[in-house]
Formats: sequence, C-alpha cells, structure tokens
Amino acid sequence: MQAMLRNLLHLVWLETKIFVREPLGVVGSVAVPVLLFLVVGRIAIGGAGARAVQEAAPGDVAFLRTDLPVFVAILITLSAVLSLVTIIAIYREGGILKRLRATPVRPPTILLAHVLVKLLFTAVTLGLMVLAGRRFYPVGVDAPLAAFTVALVLSTWSLLSIGFVIASVVPTARFAQPLGALLLYPMIPLSGLFTPIDTLPPALETVARFLPLTYAVSLLRGIWSGNPWSAHLGDVAVLGLVFVVATGVASRVFRWE
Amino acid sequence: MNPDHVIEVDAIRKAYGPTVAADDVSFTVRRGEIFGLIGPNGAGKTTTMECIEGLRAPDAGRIQVLGLDPVRDRWALQLRIGVQLQEAQLQKRIKVWEAVAFWRSLYPTAVAGGRLLRQLGLHDKRDAWFMTLSGGQKQRLFIALALVNDPEVVFLDELTTGLDPQARRAIWDLVRGIRDRGKTVFLTTHLMEEAERLCDRVAILDHGRIIDMDRPAALVERHCPQRTVVVATEFPDAADRFEAVPSATAVRSEGDRHTIDGRGDDLITDVIHTISEHRMPVSEFRTVLPTLEDVFLTLTGRSIRA
Repeated sequence: MQAMLRNLLHLVWLETKIFVREPLGVVGSVAVPVLLFLVVGRIAIGGAGARAVQEAAPGDVAFLRTDLPVFVAILITLSAVLSLVTIIAIYREGGILKRLRATPVRPPTILLAHVLVKLLFTAVTLGLMVLAGRRFYPVGVDAPLAAFTVALVLSTWSLLSIGFVIASVVPTARFAQPLGALLLYPMIPLSGLFTPIDTLPPALETVARFLPLTYAVSLLRGIWSGNPWSAHLGDVAVLGLVFVVATGVASRVFRWE
Repeated sequence: MNPDHVIEVDAIRKAYGPTVAADDVSFTVRRGEIFGLIGPNGAGKTTTMECIEGLRAPDAGRIQVLGLDPVRDRWALQLRIGVQLQEAQLQKRIKVWEAVAFWRSLYPTAVAGGRLLRQLGLHDKRDAWFMTLSGGQKQRLFIALALVNDPEVVFLDELTTGLDPQARRAIWDLVRGIRDRGKTVFLTTHLMEEAERLCDRVAILDHGRIIDMDRPAALVERHCPQRTVVVATEFPDAADRFEAVPSATAVRSEGDRHTIDGRGDDLITDVIHTISEHRMPVSEFRTVLPTLEDVFLTLTGRSIRA
C-alpha cells in the first residue's frame, strides 16, 4: 500500500513534468480556457475596458458574473477529458502502457496518476482564471471559490471516467483527439449552459437529461451563485453514479495494447 | 523443479480466435545460458515470451519461472525478472535519467543508476529526452530498464531489429556481458546470424510449433551436414582432380574457380590434401558452412526471410 502510494506520487510528478514539456498540451488545457475567458469577457462588455462594466446592461453583467465563469470551467473540464483520451491513446499505441505493465506497478496506479495530473492542471487553470478575472473584470464577484474548486474537481473526476471509456474505443491515437472532441463538445449546447434545458424541444430535453455535463453545469452554476451543497445533492449523486458506471464499463473494455 | 532450470514451459497453447499462436510448446531454459527462441515473424515467439513473462495467460499448459507461476505469482515474479518488449516506447519527453530513476523506485532493491548508465554507454545522454535518442540508444535504455532490479532472468524480444550492424554488434556484446555476470538470458530473434553468434541454445519455432531445439552448431550438424569448398587455381586438370576427392559429392567449375560440395568435415581435409598432392597454385580458398538459415530451409522448405 505504501509502495503503491509512493509509485503513484512519483508517477504523478513525472507525468506532470512531461506534460509541461509538451508545448501544445499546456497551451490547450491551460492557456486556451484562460484566454477565451478574457476575450469573451471583453466582447461581452463592449470592449470598452473595465470602466464600461458599470454602464453595461444588467444582463451582460450577469453573463460576466456567472455564465462566463461556468462556461470556462466546463471548457477546462472538457479539455482535461480530451487531453486524457489523447494521452491514453498515444501511450497505448506507443506500447508505453504495456511497458509499464511489465513492471511491479499496479495497472490502476498508472491510470490514477493521469487522472491526478489532469485534476492538478484543472485546479491550476481555474486559479489563473480567477486571478485574470480579478485583474480585468472588477465586477465584484463574490463566489465561494473553495467550494467552486471542489465542485469543478468533482465534475472533472466524474467526466474523466467517461474519458477512459472513450479511450477504450478509439482505434488509433490519430483518431483520439477528433473523436473525443466529436463526442464531448456537442454536449455543451445541450447542457443548459446557454439555454435552460426546460426550454429545449422535448426530444432534446430528454437527451440533455441523460448528459452528465448537464449535471456538472447545474452544480457549477449553483455553487458559483452561492447555493449550499444541500441544494445540489442530486447533481452530486448523478456525477457519482456516472463515475461508478463509467469506471465499471472502462475496467471491462479498457485495452492496454 | 530442477534448481538448474530457470524456465520450464510444458505444452502451452495460446490462440487468438482461429489463429493458434503457440501450439504444444515445451522447452527448458537452464541457469546462466543465453536461450533463443527463433523463427520468422509471426511464428509465435512474442506470444510465447509474453506468456512466460506473465503478460498473457496461456489457454493450456504449464509454465514455471524461478519456481513461480507467471500468472498467479505475477507480482512476486516481476521483482525477479527484467523485461524488454518488442516495439515498446517510453514517453516522448521523458529524460533518460528520469526513466531509470522511476524504474529504480519500483523495486525494493535496485542497482546504482549512474553505474548502469555508464555500463550501457548512456551516461552523456542522461538529460536527453527519449524522443531524441537513436534506435541503438533507445534499445540500450530498454536494456538498462530491464537490468535495473538486478534480475535473475532477462527477457529480450527482438532486441536488435531495425538497428544498423554496428549498433547490433555493440548490443550483442552487452547481452554476453549480462550472461557473464551469471544471469540467464531468454531472447527471441528472427535474425539467424544473431541467434548463431549469441545463443548457447536455440529452439526453432514455426507456425506456433517448436520444430527442433539444440546448440546452433549441433542443429547445423544434424540437419545440414553438407560442406562447400571454393578453390581458384590455374592448375590445368583441377576439375578432374577435385572430382576424384573421396568425400566430394559434386564439383562445379567456372573458369579457374571450382566449387566442391561434400558431406562432413572430411571434405575440407580431403580438398587440402588434393591441392598439396598436385602442388596446385591456389589464389583463393574459401569454405562455406551452412547456417541456421539453411537449417530452417531444410526443416520447413521455406526461407526464413520470405
């Protein structure tokens, strides 16, 4: 058990260093969400700078205060999942997973290390976003950041388990990125992020109710606007269920080579 | 289990759907030898090796490595063996020293990392990313990782495939060094020259079955006893004289060059005797010995390169 923990921490540290050396990896999962946050925010307040916030329409301020942070948080989560799918596919195709299996490392340790690296970068990106928000949008947001971080990490943890299922079905590393994006990003418009799901056509609403992202959006938005956790037990339960089911499926269909 | 037997494979079988990769494969590897599983690509070498390493479970049959069952006692066995896999890669941007340090941390006892890298000639590459290494350097790193826990048995799968001849020779020296330090080496190769130069004993695998097993020289002796001597001489009646050599079975002459086929080691002695008896002026003398490639051709009717 102690050896497992030591191996896990060593592997997390190693994979973190390797991820940072990959230029596109850091750009995609850290820089893009933060830049998007800044650019979209600028457009929303008319490009007139921070002073314009006071004169901006109340709707725009609401967008800045809740929708934009939640939107970016979701992007952080999805890019973490996409990055995991890609890395696992590359590691499988290159025989790296197989090579690691021919050592005393327990297979779950290898996968858990990747999950922890993704969560670490999720937290880092969120931190940068909060700093950027403080600097550029003095709109007086008073969100419970600690709770929001927990909610984001929980949502990411849950969605990463779906990443393992996707990583199991992608045939080659070349398809991992596009196929992952094709499966993940269409969830955004249906997740209630831009339009409340009860205003969607009934068929789409049904689809939305089955998307795990819908519950992540609901949880993140609620926690960001100051709701207590007790108001979101349903969301947490669904995300937990998604984790359990996806992990169960992945452990059956996951391919190491 | 005989304490001198490091690996015992008894009638294993492994199929992937309708494809039988290993069929009734049995052999024993002794302590301190280099044992080669040889045969063409797709013969079932890697499947057999991966069953022995505990990476795959055979459908039938029994395997013991150091007295352990590779599947049931997988974790105990992993500590005592070292493995190099065919076509494995590491993370593109992992540094050489990081890979060695991580692998060392996985085992309760490990050899000194710096000395290992010096031994394998990788010390000045210790800060290089894996993706920047040459093919030979990558293979040497994989050998280093296979040796990190000071294993009793080392498994090497198609170790020199894709390397240039010079890098290949350097790797052969390393493998001999591993054996000379008292370890047992189990390797697969489709290169017959490699098997002949490196292995103490080989088993020839074809279509998932072992077709023969022995020291390379003994296999050649058994299946390809023919010898050939090539002589170039201006001596006028050379062809007739060589025809008269008792152990010669056929003589082909092209100008001054005569190719004499025969059986057994007597042929060479007999030809030398004929040359000296007639005081022939010889400008070229060459013996051609059959190789494991000829053994494979004799046993299967196919060239191993096909």
